[in-house]
Amino acid sequence: MKRYAWAAGIGLAAAIGFSAPTMAKTFVYCSEGSPENFYPAINTTGTSFDASSRAIYSRLVEFKLGTTEVGPGLANKWDVSADGLTYTFHLRTGVKWQTTKTFKPTREFNADDVIFSFERQWKTDNAYFKVTSDNHSYFNDMDMPKSLKAIEKVDDHTVRFVLNAPDAPFLANMAMDFASIESKEYADAMLKAGTPEKMDQEPVGTGPFVLESYQKDAVIRYKANASFYAGKPKIDNLVFAITPDASVRFAKLKAGECDLIPYPAPADVPAMKADKKLHVYDQAGLNIAYLAFNTTKKPYDNLKVRLAVDMAINKKAIVDAVYLGTGIAATNPIPPSMWSYDKQVKDTPYDPEQSKKLLAEAGLANGFETDLWYMPVQRPYNPNGKRIAELMQADLAKVGIKANLVTYEWGEYRKRLQAGEPSLMQFGWSGDNGDPDNFLYTLLGCAAAKPGGNNVARWCDQDFQAAIEDAQRTPDIKKRTADYEKAQVIFKQQSPWFTIGHSLQIAASKEGVTGFKLSPLAYHDFSTVDKN
Amino acid sequence: MSQSEAETVDAGAVAATDRPLLEFWRYFSANRGAVIGLGGIILVVLLAIFADIVSPHSPTISDAQSFLKPPAWEEGGSWVYPLGTDAIGRDMLSRLIHGTRFSLLIGCIVVAISGTIGVALGLCAGFFQGAPGILIMRLMDIVLTIPPLLLAIVLVAILGPGLINAMIAVSITYLPYFVRVTRAAALAELTKDYVTASRVNGAGTLRLMVMTVLPNCMAPIIVQATLSFSTAILDAAALGFLSLGAQPPTPEWGTMLADSRDFVLRAWWVVTLPGLAILGTVLAFNILGDGLRDALDPRLKR
Amino acid sequence: MLRFLLVRVSLIIPTFIGITLLAFILVHSVPGDPIQVLAGEHGISAERHAELLKSYGLDQPLPVQYWRYVEHVLDGDLGRSLITHAPVIEEFGQLFPATIELSIAAILFAVVFGLPAGIVAAVRRNTILDHGVMGAALTGYSMPIFWWGLLLIILFSNTLGWTPVSGRIDVAFDVEPVTGFLLIDSLLSDDPGAFQSALSHLILPAVVLGTIPLAVIARMTRSSMLEVLGEDYIRTARAKGLAPLRVVGIHALRNALIPVITVIGLQIGYLFAGAILTETIFSWPGVGKWLIDSINRRDYPVLQGGVLLIGTVVMVVNLIVDMLYGLINPRIRHKRA
Repeated sequence: MKRYAWAAGIGLAAAIGFSAPTMAKTFVYCSEGSPENFYPAINTTGTSFDASSRAIYSRLVEFKLGTTEVGPGLANKWDVSADGLTYTFHLRTGVKWQTTKTFKPTREFNADDVIFSFERQWKTDNAYFKVTSDNHSYFNDMDMPKSLKAIEKVDDHTVRFVLNAPDAPFLANMAMDFASIESKEYADAMLKAGTPEKMDQEPVGTGPFVLESYQKDAVIRYKANASFYAGKPKIDNLVFAITPDASVRFAKLKAGECDLIPYPAPADVPAMKADKKLHVYDQAGLNIAYLAFNTTKKPYDNLKVRLAVDMAINKKAIVDAVYLGTGIAATNPIPPSMWSYDKQVKDTPYDPEQSKKLLAEAGLANGFETDLWYMPVQRPYNPNGKRIAELMQADLAKVGIKANLVTYEWGEYRKRLQAGEPSLMQFGWSGDNGDPDNFLYTLLGCAAAKPGGNNVARWCDQDFQAAIEDAQRTPDIKKRTADYEKAQVIFKQQSPWFTIGHSLQIAASKEGVTGFKLSPLAYHDFSTVDKN
Repeated sequence: MSQSEAETVDAGAVAATDRPLLEFWRYFSANRGAVIGLGGIILVVLLAIFADIVSPHSPTISDAQSFLKPPAWEEGGSWVYPLGTDAIGRDMLSRLIHGTRFSLLIGCIVVAISGTIGVALGLCAGFFQGAPGILIMRLMDIVLTIPPLLLAIVLVAILGPGLINAMIAVSITYLPYFVRVTRAAALAELTKDYVTASRVNGAGTLRLMVMTVLPNCMAPIIVQATLSFSTAILDAAALGFLSLGAQPPTPEWGTMLADSRDFVLRAWWVVTLPGLAILGTVLAFNILGDGLRDALDPRLKR
Repeated sequence: MLRFLLVRVSLIIPTFIGITLLAFILVHSVPGDPIQVLAGEHGISAERHAELLKSYGLDQPLPVQYWRYVEHVLDGDLGRSLITHAPVIEEFGQLFPATIELSIAAILFAVVFGLPAGIVAAVRRNTILDHGVMGAALTGYSMPIFWWGLLLIILFSNTLGWTPVSGRIDVAFDVEPVTGFLLIDSLLSDDPGAFQSALSHLILPAVVLGTIPLAVIARMTRSSMLEVLGEDYIRTARAKGLAPLRVVGIHALRNALIPVITVIGLQIGYLFAGAILTETIFSWPGVGKWLIDSINRRDYPVLQGGVLLIGTVVMVVNLIVDMLYGLINPRIRHKRA
């Protein structure tokens, strides 16, 4: 037996995938990392959302598959009052909670669950406020505590949200992961049993899949939720095989060990596209990578210097060498797939000669020395900050600017950027809810141009600010579009950022996988996936 | 990485180095492997010194027209870039040649730092066998419970990534080995008559330590130093591979490997060549270390 | 004898205290802000920051924090991960069997190939065989294993397709974790293919991690054998006309093995260090990769707990090796104790 096993282990390993009994339809998704945990409201990464909120839970409203458009979810329909202050959600009836090893539900989903899910994050006196973690990041980041006035139960299937002020992106926020709905009955049962953390370790939701087991850093197993309100998923089992290394994911896909992989290494994408047995999905992502100038520091307080740097860097070479066909050069601070994107805006051209002239006009004919901060980690919008920085360094050297590369550990890096320490730095953003406000106000508004704020360019332009504030106050899309277009023109003239690129969301699957759509919000949703 | 073998250098058995250098060379040169190792090292040193002259290109300037060009003998390669180019169009050959500088620098600095401090602590532990000696040795025992690479990684996390910090971190992890070897050698010497004689003649402790005992402890220390030299190159490269060592655009071999992992399947040369360079250099130093040990160790002499 | 054991064991206490202090000092020297880690992508307001600092006890002076930490450690509580919010000891418990399994496989590989290689080289001293074996051993000893792993993956997984690329077992097999050691668990499961799959996943990482110990063992065995073969009683045995195989196999090997066993014991520290690299390359879900991740994410409690736990394991293993050595070789216990 032993000798046989040894020989088989070496020789037949490749065939093992086929020899396993596969009566039930099992779909293997080779995910890029371990989830933080299974409570979406305290998580911040897409990796965790894929494993928790998207697979297990549902929300009042949902982003329609593959778009940022908001459609019905656990709420069939909703009414918004004329003043934009009251949102009334009419809940779907007959939605069943999942049954797991730890919990057998006795009732269906109702308004109590909705209220519990928000109060858990909102009211400090809620018994669950501190369970697992009291840091409900997104609830705070989306300004919910400031925005919410009250959440009221009208009847078992009607809930009313009252706001303090009109908030155009509110509905989109309700489709975000932190707004996932949890079972109050389960919460009460666990509290009674004295094990409230179980709620977040052995989650119960109303979503398409039921969690079966999780082995840290190795595998997550789900089975299909037969009573999912939008219809039972077509696959019987869903497996997340955690595979952090991008080239390894690709190798496993080729070996047939994965059905679908996210985030391939850009270098592998051409080979994937050439392989007829694979299918490559791409979708413009809601993101931007940029090189910000600290406009309060010398010499970048001078517009001519900022433009000179813009002209010195060969953007096309960067996109070609680093994004390798998985990204496009960026002109505006918002991606082209977002509504209100202004196609009329022209990018600053690559022109080293003109750059030198501008430097001379700024009194820096002999160039200058600067620190250039680069991202220490790969992000969805920036495949390799280090490589981009090296290319920029070489380009800047040609116009006499000596750039010294600087980086820190990612948490530290962000902290220092938000504290306003560097003068020239790479940074980026992935959109949360698909609203331009989530880019322009969050990243370039005056309110964020302070220590700890996200406006790392410390740029505060009164005309720009007037335009984006105007857009916040009105629900009229046409009016908002005009405001945002104006803002984009001002942005380009003043150039607080060298816009680098928008990356595409990419995934690849084996032949025969159907029903998968990438989300611009970087979710991976398997409720409609099938394979043959 | 693996220091354990070094510990088996039996300090007491290594004879004092008071015999003529000539005899040493006779034993050393009789070992063909050691001479080959020395030849390899001389080549690496020459490449490091004349890197600017022998490199066909700059190691840091990228050519936007030639990303990932294969080596000259492969299809699509050209003699402009004999060993091809990396992901952002820099000449591999030039980067590899310039890498020799960093490897030698790492070896020298690490051995210098950990050797100096380690020998000093080891001598103290040998001379003051009371509380100070016990304290030093306990401290070293504690440091030894943390695997060296893990300790180096944590230290780099504290100091921040970079070549210099990586060298400091690796130096600290090697301290215990130098301390142990030196202490053992010093303890063996202290029992000998000539030490007692100097003491009777009124030599001060410091003088006794540095001028009398230390020269007679040099043999095991030298062997430890050569072994540390090669493991330092490996460990610093491992840190570079984990993105904690040298930072761009430094052409350090471990960092080059880390940068090229994405291209494993597409461009074999960006992965294979830096690794071969590390292996070759470390091997040369290990061969030399073996030769030195044989020449300095009387037990193997016939 | 008893005195020797007592002295050895009692040394554990100051060493353990030293490790807690070292882990505490090291981790508290790592720059960065644990609260920032908790906050995630979007940053955090100053008030909230202060609040969280207080609730985690991080506003206390360092000696107070250390004292509290030791108190918790003695209660078996190593804190919770800042990222996953799970207890550190629980995560370690889940991942440690994978590292042990890999390490044992690596050491077995090293011993199975290293011992015979060393013996052969010693017996056939100064032949081509000896030079070949020692040359290979020195090359193995000089190997940057992170690169070696990549090469083996390219060759065996990508080009030949013989071994899987990464992980511990094919996800098609749902093996109940009973012992945490997949080779055992997969034998316990009813699925016959599971064991093959687990084994085929283990081969490459074990070879990579075992390469340097193999080289060390081969070199040590050779030099130890040479020494023993040169001693009087072996010459006597030979002179008495005993068969060479008997001389080598029984008389020489038994005595030559004592230092070799020590060297094997001393590899434990190396194995953890090597596991960090090996696990990173092969996505092996063990504690080495866990620690690297904890550094990259600034998950302070995990880093501190992990360093403490690994230090403790190394300390205990060293103690066992030391005592075994004392038992085998009585001269040592008199000399050292």
